[in-house]
Amino acid sequence: MSEKKHKYPWNHIIGFVLSIALTFLAAWTALSSDLPVMWIIISIMVLAVIQALIQLFMFMHIVEKGAGDAPWNMMFHAAVVAAIVVSGSLFTMSFGFTHDHGGGEHETEQHEEQGAHEGH
Amino acid sequence: MQLDEFFVTGEPLIYIGMAAIVLVSGTILFVLTYFKKWKWLWAEWLTTVDHKKIGVMYILLSLAMMFRAGVDAMMMRLQLAFPDMNFLNSQHYSEVFTTHGTIMILFVAMPFLIGLMNYVVPLQIGARDFAFPFVNALSFWSTFFGAMLFNISFVIGGAPDAGWTNYAPLAGSELSPGPGINYYLLGLQLSGIGTLATGINLMVTILRMRAPGMSLFKMPIFTWSTLITSFIIIFAFPILTVALALMTIDRIFGSHIFTLTGEGLPMMWANLFWMWGHPEVYIVILPAFGIFSEIISAFAQKQLFGYKTMVWAIILIAGLSFVVWVHHFFTMGAGAFVNSIFSITTMAIAIPTGVKIFNWLATIYKSKIIFGTPMMWSLAFIPSFTIGGVTGVMLGMAAADYQFHNSYFLVSHFHYVLIPGTIFACFAGLIYWFPKMFGFQLNRKLNIWAFWLFLIGFHVTFFPQYFLGLDGMARRLFTIGPEWFTLNFISTAGAFVMGAGFAVFVYCIVYSYFKSTRDLPGDVWGVGRTLEWATPTPVPKYNFATLPDVKSHDALIDMKEDGETTFDEDKLESIHMPNYTGQPFIMTAIMFFASFFLVFEWITLASIGLIGIIVMMYVRSFDYDGGYHIGVDEISKIENSLRGHDNE
Repeated sequence: MSEKKHKYPWNHIIGFVLSIALTFLAAWTALSSDLPVMWIIISIMVLAVIQALIQLFMFMHIVEKGAGDAPWNMMFHAAVVAAIVVSGSLFTMSFGFTHDHGGGEHETEQHEEQGAHEGH
Repeated sequence: MQLDEFFVTGEPLIYIGMAAIVLVSGTILFVLTYFKKWKWLWAEWLTTVDHKKIGVMYILLSLAMMFRAGVDAMMMRLQLAFPDMNFLNSQHYSEVFTTHGTIMILFVAMPFLIGLMNYVVPLQIGARDFAFPFVNALSFWSTFFGAMLFNISFVIGGAPDAGWTNYAPLAGSELSPGPGINYYLLGLQLSGIGTLATGINLMVTILRMRAPGMSLFKMPIFTWSTLITSFIIIFAFPILTVALALMTIDRIFGSHIFTLTGEGLPMMWANLFWMWGHPEVYIVILPAFGIFSEIISAFAQKQLFGYKTMVWAIILIAGLSFVVWVHHFFTMGAGAFVNSIFSITTMAIAIPTGVKIFNWLATIYKSKIIFGTPMMWSLAFIPSFTIGGVTGVMLGMAAADYQFHNSYFLVSHFHYVLIPGTIFACFAGLIYWFPKMFGFQLNRKLNIWAFWLFLIGFHVTFFPQYFLGLDGMARRLFTIGPEWFTLNFISTAGAFVMGAGFAVFVYCIVYSYFKSTRDLPGDVWGVGRTLEWATPTPVPKYNFATLPDVKSHDALIDMKEDGETTFDEDKLESIHMPNYTGQPFIMTAIMFFASFFLVFEWITLASIGLIGIIVMMYVRSFDYDGGYHIGVDEISKIENSLRGHDNE
């Protein structure tokens, strides 16, 4: 292999430090910021989007040319799978805690109810 | 902590296990020292980045784990052979079925298939190695150390006992205190790093490093199934990683994500687990389909029937695998609407799978079948797997599932798909590619013995279990009542026949090592259709001296017609190869110790391990090793000596 110049990977170092800092910021927001719950959720979501952008631009070669369309293809599929995970979990898990599905009350469900009440 | 809390005490069987571990490791250390093989071990195997050697190591790991989990299985069958047996107590039985399931899926099926992929895929697409050889070595060693971490649990600290599904809240720290479940979480986490990295590695390799002319639809079918499998790995494994991490935080740092108290949501574990778990079963079955397709078309001496529909069927199965997970917990009570939707998606999977079954049948229709041993496994797969598939559709009907759920009917169903599907494919694939890997054939007669023992043993073991399930026997029972005695006894007898089959198979490898002839031609079976058979046997470390232009998915058939080989003296160029390195081994060994400390919740020691890992990552980041070149003269010399036999 021909000798290449080994530039110090500042880009990666900054990205790495930023993503760690954002993680700590998110943890602090959730644990000890004393914001209202809605604002905690909103700020964590915003931090997550910034985090994703840092990953895409500083590590994932999204600005590089010449590699074809593979990254876009994978990003599309990742978005689909993420949507399935989130909406699928909501869909599946929310029905377990209501009683309006034909009156059939199952044992597991009752356990769930009890578990949830004990927590409050 | 007292020493008697550290080691598991008071179980005679576990003392036997300890003695066996000491004996086997002692023997290995002695043999390595006596024959002065330490340097060889380090220089040739522990530091290797060659995909062929890594593939072989994956398969060895998997065979060893198959022995361990197989012993677990036979212990369970012995306990269930007679009513009220007193061989294993309930706690020990729970530990045994947990480790049996976890090891069979994660440390037998996956490493075996990934080992075959490691060896075969670069050869099928005409690549020198994986896209990232260093990462490949790292993947293997993290799988290896993950498996070791999981395996030492039964002598140090106690094995996990919440089933391979590890459901919360049973697996939470209130109901399962102690290191057991931590072993499960961290062992899987460690090996999961390797699996995910392999998925990325294989995908890049297949997308970027194919021989000239090999478009996606000219790839061999096994490579296709590997590409789709790596796609599923990339999208499914992060879900497991997150779920494991959340439960680890729950158990070690006291959060309330899956706990009963503090607004935890225990059912979310089942949900996340199966969001990974269902794609996971396709991760272990799709490569198996690829292996059978290769073998069936080779030994039927015909082009694979419906190559394109086969590919689309794999893609469709992969897509559907992400939208069926709820069928693993229909009885959770998600409601009729949710269950109906997942019932329909589940049954839809039977369609592309059926397409594949008919394509295999059409491939062997009116063909001249050569009954090579890999073909026998493949032919046995079709009817056996179909029984598993049909019962799967029965389980997929949500209403009926309320009857079948958690019974031996289910146990029998998933063994009927996983054994004829994955395990038969592993045997078939290993026998098929064995001569390519090691330069000698496996003894046919012993192989046939192993095949019939295993096949008959399998059906005798699991067919009665369908009826046990219908008779109301629940899974994970540690004793049986007298009404289930007859069928259970038959099942146990079958399990020991299967065990004998495995023993004959291992003996066959040892026997063949001493007795088989070497000096094999490149196309060992004489029926090869794809590029891996164009290489000389044994395969030179750079794989291909030169590459042909690929015109169809049966590259070797075209090459034979045109009189081409992978050694065209006019096209020779020097070959760039990666250097071996000990970094992956050292890095994952540190991870192993860090995870081990975390299992016992020794946070300080675990943090020191974490620092060690970061240091190793730093070292790797500034490692500018450019590899080395093999000159044209040397390639000529190697190829001529290997092909001397071919040119006669």
